[in-house]
Amino acid sequence: MARIELKGISKSFGAQRALRDLDLVVEDGEFFVLLGRTGAGKTTTLRVIAGLEKPDTGSVAIGNRDVGGWTAAERDVALVLQQYSLYPRLTVRGNLEFPLRSRVRNFSEEEIAARVQKAAQTLQITHLLDRKVERLSGGEMQRVSIGRAIVRQPSVFLMDEPLSALDAKLRESLRVELKKLHSDLGATFLFVTHDQVEAMSMGDKIGVLQQGRLVQVGTPADIYERPLNTFVARSVGSPPMNLIDGQLSGGMAEIGACRLPVRAAAGAGQAVTFGVRPENVVLESGAPGEARIFDIEDQGVIKVLSMDMGETRLHVTVPAGTHVARDEVVRFGWKPERVLTFDPQTGVNLALA
Amino acid sequence: MAEVKTKGEVIFNRAAVIAVIVALVVMLTPIFWIAATAFKPRNLATTVPPTVFFEPTLSPFAKLFTKRSQLREPVEQEVYDNAAWWEKLIYDGGEQVVRNRKSGEVTSSGFGNRYMNSLIVSVISTLLAVSMGTITAYGFSRFRVPGEQDWLFFILSTRMLPPVVVAIPMFLMYRAVGLHDTHIGLIILYTAFNLSFAVWIMKGFIDEIPREYEEAALVDGYTRLQAFWKIVLPEALTGIAATAVFCFITAWNEYAFALMMTSKNAQTAPPYIPSQVGSGLSDWTVIASGAFLFLLPVAVFTFLLRNHLLRGMSFGAIRK
Repeated sequence: MARIELKGISKSFGAQRALRDLDLVVEDGEFFVLLGRTGAGKTTTLRVIAGLEKPDTGSVAIGNRDVGGWTAAERDVALVLQQYSLYPRLTVRGNLEFPLRSRVRNFSEEEIAARVQKAAQTLQITHLLDRKVERLSGGEMQRVSIGRAIVRQPSVFLMDEPLSALDAKLRESLRVELKKLHSDLGATFLFVTHDQVEAMSMGDKIGVLQQGRLVQVGTPADIYERPLNTFVARSVGSPPMNLIDGQLSGGMAEIGACRLPVRAAAGAGQAVTFGVRPENVVLESGAPGEARIFDIEDQGVIKVLSMDMGETRLHVTVPAGTHVARDEVVRFGWKPERVLTFDPQTGVNLALA
Repeated sequence: MAEVKTKGEVIFNRAAVIAVIVALVVMLTPIFWIAATAFKPRNLATTVPPTVFFEPTLSPFAKLFTKRSQLREPVEQEVYDNAAWWEKLIYDGGEQVVRNRKSGEVTSSGFGNRYMNSLIVSVISTLLAVSMGTITAYGFSRFRVPGEQDWLFFILSTRMLPPVVVAIPMFLMYRAVGLHDTHIGLIILYTAFNLSFAVWIMKGFIDEIPREYEEAALVDGYTRLQAFWKIVLPEALTGIAATAVFCFITAWNEYAFALMMTSKNAQTAPPYIPSQVGSGLSDWTVIASGAFLFLLPVAVFTFLLRNHLLRGMSFGAIRK
């Protein structure tokens, strides 16, 4: 059992408040992704769980046991960092053996060799075992880091942006490997990232952090389709969700001179912010909206259009076969059932409020 | 593939080579001169123009380690033939070794003892300063110490006072507590003097070592102390070597306090060598041989640690 539970965690560094009254539950065996920008408190959360940082208030429980007084060594969690985490003076084998040679564990030599071999096979780094760490590529280093985490067979893995320093291709392949590793090991993963693609593609659940507070927790679909507020809405999805200020009256959205249908129950003449994802906007002749195309980005499968609708810039994705040109004036509509409404002042999703 | 150089670069390179040669000549000439004089017969030491080519002799070293007196009359042939090789060298110079009247033992000049004193005091004070400095620097580097900046400034401020200012009070205190002319007294003094320096230099080096290494070790199941031994210390080796060389040189070369705080028992080589200038006719070859031997330990020590030093001199050279 390795359920992680944080209750009322606050942590300040001098005047800087890194975490404010944070509650977080990661269920046993879950792949949980903490998504947030730089300085949102993601790393601090991990360090508090790992025991590298003492929270000012609040409690940490791993496997339903309060570990507040335990040292990092006693908590038996594994930590994979973005970089620096390999000991530069040791070989790959030395690095993999290092956690097993701790006096806490007291493994026999055969046990150590067997575990190193198994981890190396899992990550396909057997051919690197006797190489010096400094002679590895970034991807290999990160594999070894993960290897050093799995040799101990801990029940909790904490990963602090392990893929951020890698190039795009490697990131993709390691993403797949990490997911496979997770399902093979059945351990609890807490993965921290600022990359919404990683969060969406890897997480069983996503927690969105903003300035030390957990704004929303949910499945990727929840976060994507039912964001609690405009911050969460813009945290996931690329290009980001369009947020358009307008009026809601009688089942219609009034944006400038255009009137578009929506499926939101609301009173007449209410000011709201409409949120619509780029893929839910459709170009159609005779549709009620009108906009001028400002830029076209051809991504192969799709085209991303930037359109100006009066003062508002919209992002729209269309199939790559769509023929459009710059400065062309097009007509568009949207899928009314996919349009969200937010309070223009607080940013809260009106449907969930 | 050959590197293509512009004309300007070629000229610059040549100028740089010439500059290096000039600098080397300027810096190495005194050392060459000391080394040459240490092997010269006495009558060639102060010739004008200087003698460059000569037959080297060990007689300055024989004289350096013994107490001698002038021969009033030439030594008897039989005594000369039975004398040891180094004693013959002294007879050749018109001097004789002073022997104990009863036992006939050769009287030492005391240079050997002074030299040992220098080694003892320098090595021990360097070990102390570097080890204490490393631990202190680690503490400052890794933990939130209240008033950290003030403490560091305080540590540095001990170096701001010219040593000469505290010399007399120190002398009186040392005499009062019985540390005067003791090894331990000098060791304490040099350790204190080098410690602030060691803390500052080591802090720079330890700051450069990413905390992530230790934190990974902590999570891997090691205690803070084990992480320090297994991870930080090997990484800091370069810095430790550089600091040790600096501390050793400072302690080895220290003159003023050694002159004041020691007289016989614990006197080090620096105050001893010049004291030989004044006793009787100055024999420059003996002084040069003393200086030559004195230069050796620092040269050897630096040479042994040269790989670490090269990396250490370029601060921040730790691979990221």
